[in-house]
Amino acid sequence: MAERAPPKRRDWSWRSQAFRGLVYQVLAVVLVAGGLWYLAHNTLVNMQARGIQSGFDFLAQPAGFDIGESVIPYDALDPYWKAFLVGVLNTLRVAIVGIVLATLLGTLLGIGRFSRNALVRGICYAYVEVFRNVPVLLQLLMWYLTFTELLPPVAEPLSVGGLFWLSKNGFAFPTPLWNLGLAITAAGGAVGLVLAWAYHRWARRHFEKTGQPRSMVLVPLAIVVVGLAAGWLVAGAPREWSVPVPGTFTMDGGASATPEFMAVLLGLVFYTSAFIAEVVRAGIQSVAHGQTEAASSIGLSKNLAMRLVILPQALRVIIPPMTSQYLNLTKNSSLAVAIGYPDVVSIANTALNQTGRAVECIAIIMLVYLTTSLSTSAFMNWYNARAAIKER
Amino acid sequence: MRLLAVAAALSAVFAAPAHAGKTLDAIKARGQVVCGVNTGLAGFSAADSQGKWTGLDVDVCRAIAAATLGDPEKVKWVPLTAQQRFTALQSGEVDVLSRNTTWTLTRDASLGLNFTAVTYYDGQGFMVPAKLNLKSAKQLKGATVCVQSGTTTEKNLTDFSRANKLDLKPVVFEKLEAANGAYFSGRCAAYTTDASGLASIRTKEAKDPKEHVILPDLISKEPLGPAVRRGDDEWFAIVKWVIYGLIEAEEYGVTQANVEQMQKSSQDPVVMRIVGSSEDTGKLLGLDKDWMVRALKATGNYGEIFERNVGPKTALNLPRGVNAQWNEGGLMYAPPVR
Repeated sequence: MAERAPPKRRDWSWRSQAFRGLVYQVLAVVLVAGGLWYLAHNTLVNMQARGIQSGFDFLAQPAGFDIGESVIPYDALDPYWKAFLVGVLNTLRVAIVGIVLATLLGTLLGIGRFSRNALVRGICYAYVEVFRNVPVLLQLLMWYLTFTELLPPVAEPLSVGGLFWLSKNGFAFPTPLWNLGLAITAAGGAVGLVLAWAYHRWARRHFEKTGQPRSMVLVPLAIVVVGLAAGWLVAGAPREWSVPVPGTFTMDGGASATPEFMAVLLGLVFYTSAFIAEVVRAGIQSVAHGQTEAASSIGLSKNLAMRLVILPQALRVIIPPMTSQYLNLTKNSSLAVAIGYPDVVSIANTALNQTGRAVECIAIIMLVYLTTSLSTSAFMNWYNARAAIKER
Repeated sequence: MRLLAVAAALSAVFAAPAHAGKTLDAIKARGQVVCGVNTGLAGFSAADSQGKWTGLDVDVCRAIAAATLGDPEKVKWVPLTAQQRFTALQSGEVDVLSRNTTWTLTRDASLGLNFTAVTYYDGQGFMVPAKLNLKSAKQLKGATVCVQSGTTTEKNLTDFSRANKLDLKPVVFEKLEAANGAYFSGRCAAYTTDASGLASIRTKEAKDPKEHVILPDLISKEPLGPAVRRGDDEWFAIVKWVIYGLIEAEEYGVTQANVEQMQKSSQDPVVMRIVGSSEDTGKLLGLDKDWMVRALKATGNYGEIFERNVGPKTALNLPRGVNAQWNEGGLMYAPPVR
């Protein structure tokens, strides 16, 4: 009691802004927590009163249903959590491939808006206006209808050189047979990658020290290719491929992308790239024209000026809205359920109906999207901090 | 469409703590039976261009409305997808779920609902394009199969595929319409659902029904029937006994046409109990003694409902088969209305 210092006491009066702030914050937390507790408790009581069983114990039970496509081996006797995992991986597959493709396409379109060729400018402009103004669900349905109505049936597929096949069953392509030879080739590639990275570091140091530019892209790329080729030759040049052959109901051998996957991917890529093109355009326009003039005054070519002066500065403006586009693409992938792609929503819907655990399954969907979105966001924030202007 | 499932789940979140609700009181106060039906399955529940609902499942709801409220039209139809149906019933959005729903242990035991009685004994089958010239579903090795999600169908398909080592690949659609569209566009080599559903889809959705055949294999038992929410045994009994009444009326020859005359003149004690001219069976259910007369006048007995909606004279052309009366070689056996 005695050690309580008198000056501190003044801080705990209602007149102290800090004290009032603390009280309001505690109050807000208590209210939110209380509200959440009430909702959870009330749900449980109601569900119990109506004889609805609840809980996540069903996740360990065998799922009992097949899934049309999966990136990991999955069997109907596997538990529900594994079925959910298959769904999450299918969502991530379409989201990651989609983000990469949409970024490439969107950046090209965005830069195309500055082309000196009026036709290129016009095409880029028209593309952006068409694809961002048609609802994405309609675009998915349009692609799906295109694939399922226009392509030939699997019994008489279109073929490119007997290696690639296109039919209502999807796009089938040959895959190398995985064996020791391929493992050695991959190891060669990995060694090449390490060497390329070391060279890249050395080239950068060398440039910073002496100002003499060394190739930063072509030489490292060549090192990786040489590594791969060396590994392939050491392994005795394996050339065994699994080539798809048309069967009665399906393509035998090789691998294939289903029409569902392609429709979701194309729909999301075309839609999102229109937004990304606008983000890139805005980013480039945000760089003052003086920068371009300054770059040419020191003798940089137009390409070099874009790469070394304009884009690094534009990136600071581009990255934050780009993050939103990536998040949108990931979340829009949940529309895949409309065209039969087994993403996490589709799997959760099936699980919901087989088990009747509606609240649990919807909670899982929410958790999955929240986790992916927050991870994407965290990664982009890190990248943003890296690309941000360094004030010294 | 997921929205409704979410809304239903949320309504469980926000609903006031439960009390033993009297569904019948609520129905009388509201003046309407709220009936959950299929979004569109010809013969079972489908709305025509004027918004008038017809079908076997629909007639069951009409009979219930006639028995409880005295008017078969006092029904509010709530079309539900396969996924929405149970949450809609659990959350109290519908009073009775009459939507070609299979009675299984999991559903009966863990979803907070009770199945009342079987109105149609079905089995899962396959439909394939006729030009494939298939004789059995066991020839479908490696084939892609279109299926609607939220049904028992997915698991049956998997079981059948495993048991016969067929490696069937399901393409799962959220909506019936999407699954139909994908099959008829040729995305899938086969379509699977209950055999009655296949007949309905072939009749209504195919450009030329002759281009598609339903294979003879039935891979599961699918007893379809209405379900009610748990916790109201009186309402459970009413729905159950309206259905049994319709079935027993057929057994004893009481029809839509002759029910009034039977009520006046029949001396058969069983018939007299059904039409309420001797014992007042309705009173025990919380209804009046004319409950079955009104139901029968509205829809006719079970046999008439069957013939009108799915029987051999309709486009669906389903044989009576196991859905005949027990004394005619079928499974329809109603406990006595007494």
